Amino acid sequence: MSETVNTTAAPAAEQAAPAPKPKRPKAKSLLMIGEQTNALFESARLAKERGEKVGWSASIFPQEIAETLGIVVLYPENHTAGVAARHQADPFLQECEGPLGYSNDLCAYAKLNLAYTAVLNGESDVELPDGGKMVKPDFLLLTNNICNQLTKWYENLARQLNIPVFFIDTCYNPMDYVTETRVRYVRAQIDQLIKDLCAFTGKTWDEERFKEVMRVSQLNSYLWERANNLMDHKPAPIGGFELFNYMSAMVCNRGKDSTTAIMRQLNAEMEQHIKEGTSTFPVEEEYRVSWDGIACWPYLSHNLRTLKKYGVNMVASSYGKAWAIKYDDLDGMARAYCFASTNGDNATTMMGRRMEALKRMDCEGTIYHVNRSCKVMDCQMMEVQRQLSAMAGVPFTSFDGDQADYRNYSEAQFETRIQGLVEVMKQNKEAKKNG
Amino acid sequence: MFTFGIDIGSTSSKVAILKDGTELVAHYVVPLGTGTIGPKEAREYVFKETGLTQEDMVYTVVTGYGRMNCEYADEQISELSCHAKGIHYLMPEIRTIVDIGGQDAKALKISDKGQLLAFQMNDKCAAGTGRFLDVMAKVLNVDINELGPLSEKSQHPVSISNTCTVFAESEVISQLSSNVPIEDIAAGIHNSVAKRVAGMALRLGRPEAMAMSGGVALNIGVVHAMEREMGCPVHVHPLCQSAGAIGAAVFAWEKYCKKEGKNV
Repeated sequence: MSETVNTTAAPAAEQAAPAPKPKRPKAKSLLMIGEQTNALFESARLAKERGEKVGWSASIFPQEIAETLGIVVLYPENHTAGVAARHQADPFLQECEGPLGYSNDLCAYAKLNLAYTAVLNGESDVELPDGGKMVKPDFLLLTNNICNQLTKWYENLARQLNIPVFFIDTCYNPMDYVTETRVRYVRAQIDQLIKDLCAFTGKTWDEERFKEVMRVSQLNSYLWERANNLMDHKPAPIGGFELFNYMSAMVCNRGKDSTTAIMRQLNAEMEQHIKEGTSTFPVEEEYRVSWDGIACWPYLSHNLRTLKKYGVNMVASSYGKAWAIKYDDLDGMARAYCFASTNGDNATTMMGRRMEALKRMDCEGTIYHVNRSCKVMDCQMMEVQRQLSAMAGVPFTSFDGDQADYRNYSEAQFETRIQGLVEVMKQNKEAKKNG
Repeated sequence: MFTFGIDIGSTSSKVAILKDGTELVAHYVVPLGTGTIGPKEAREYVFKETGLTQEDMVYTVVTGYGRMNCEYADEQISELSCHAKGIHYLMPEIRTIVDIGGQDAKALKISDKGQLLAFQMNDKCAAGTGRFLDVMAKVLNVDINELGPLSEKSQHPVSISNTCTVFAESEVISQLSSNVPIEDIAAGIHNSVAKRVAGMALRLGRPEAMAMSGGVALNIGVVHAMEREMGCPVHVHPLCQSAGAIGAAVFAWEKYCKKEGKNV
């Protein structure tokens, strides 16, 4: 690309490379997230020291139960996403596919965690970049509402560590709602799970405490959804990828007061930007798009850089909002956790949710992450792309990537697809402008 | 007024010069892509042939895999839009295009003005791309340009997988060692490419007719296999390999007109 050449002689100091742009100070809410994450791992370590039982949990499990019982629970999916985002996945992937003998085709969260667990269990000697802050679990909490591979992953963990799995079986939702028989089926399992967990940990169920945790969890879900919905302002008050940073609060700490404080702070910061007409999105928001699928954690910064280059802000995502789980009693809990994940919903429900988001956020395009790790999601994605694009009249592109395996992505291919999408969105915008 | 389009691909470089946005003054293909002397050679060739220079070009658009590193271009545009524009210039009646390049394959749906409406691209694997055919031609010890005519002689095409280039290569070696006629293997290779690309292109709907662009469109075996898989006639323009560069030159003209406040 041509550039204007300045032929005027400049002093040596000016000829030097310009000083890097000072980094924007981290928002207070982000600092609070960091503190909360550290606190969770620290509480797990201390619980272990006290001889208490610590669990690992699937990401969309009714964590309010453990919270009510005062049990510390950690989240392998969240942890491995962090490992992948920090580019520390490679030795774990190699260990899992090599000495541990697992298939390359497995979910990369599972591969990372199985290798990490092998280290904790003294079976592998990969260096743990975080020093082993995912302390060895004494039990596992599992639902299959997001995928069935998770079931096998946790069964293997249970066998490897000789620990129990507390499992809630949910059903795929062929209808646009959860049938009452399904609610009863899951509710009965929740009741049993509470009894079993109390027996296993020696803790006591306190109904009043549960009501309070539920209240906090509902408030947090409301605040999280509210923050996501504030992205409907133009320009959006923050860069959409930034919202991914707050997911740990909803995944791991949904029933905690500290999450309420973070979510309130986040809402306040976003409202302040709206009031001032500013945004943390670093360039002019020329295009607004939605994101479908799990984040491509190993290349999040490349995704962001590329979108920024073309003035594209990701203002809507089905991913983060999965943790805005609403209910007001145990039946409601059963219903909500049956219906929380895209992978458990039929295509009509999935498209209805996305259509609503596209309209509300006034999106001009959609980016689909064809995630090698999550084949269930990819399976529905192709048809959703086709139908949603026709219904909403917005173009889309998809790219190959992975939630945690850095080997399944090409930077050049990602950019070509985004540029193509931008070129179509630009034409559409001009056509709209010219009537 | 002259505009310049250059398509710096992964395996070849293509250039085109347009006069007033309509007359194709020159075009050239060099079988060397990004990071080589290919782009320079191609540009020098057409300038020498026409007696024009870069200074005569009122606007230059670059496209292709190497588009990010072309210092003399005024603008870079994706190969998706450039192939759409280029094929529209060459064959205005076409609405669906399949472009099989050196390392990717794309299916494009375009408007009656040559604007890109929707697209699909291949996944990361080289299966279904020009690189796949390069690898297979090498294994068969056949010049890449001979692969198409050779496959036309086939009576019993073999089945070759299209999931992975490396798997397919080992299958071809296995067929060779079983003394399967080389033309049947070549036809199997073309069917393999066509099945993979058609599987992607049909996501945009089944067209009544379509065009192919990119270097692989010069392979008659792939074109015929695509016709079978797509269930429609596949048109190929003799300048199909230069479609991206021609599209870039057309864009350059449009950009220049816009800049100068002129009607295209």
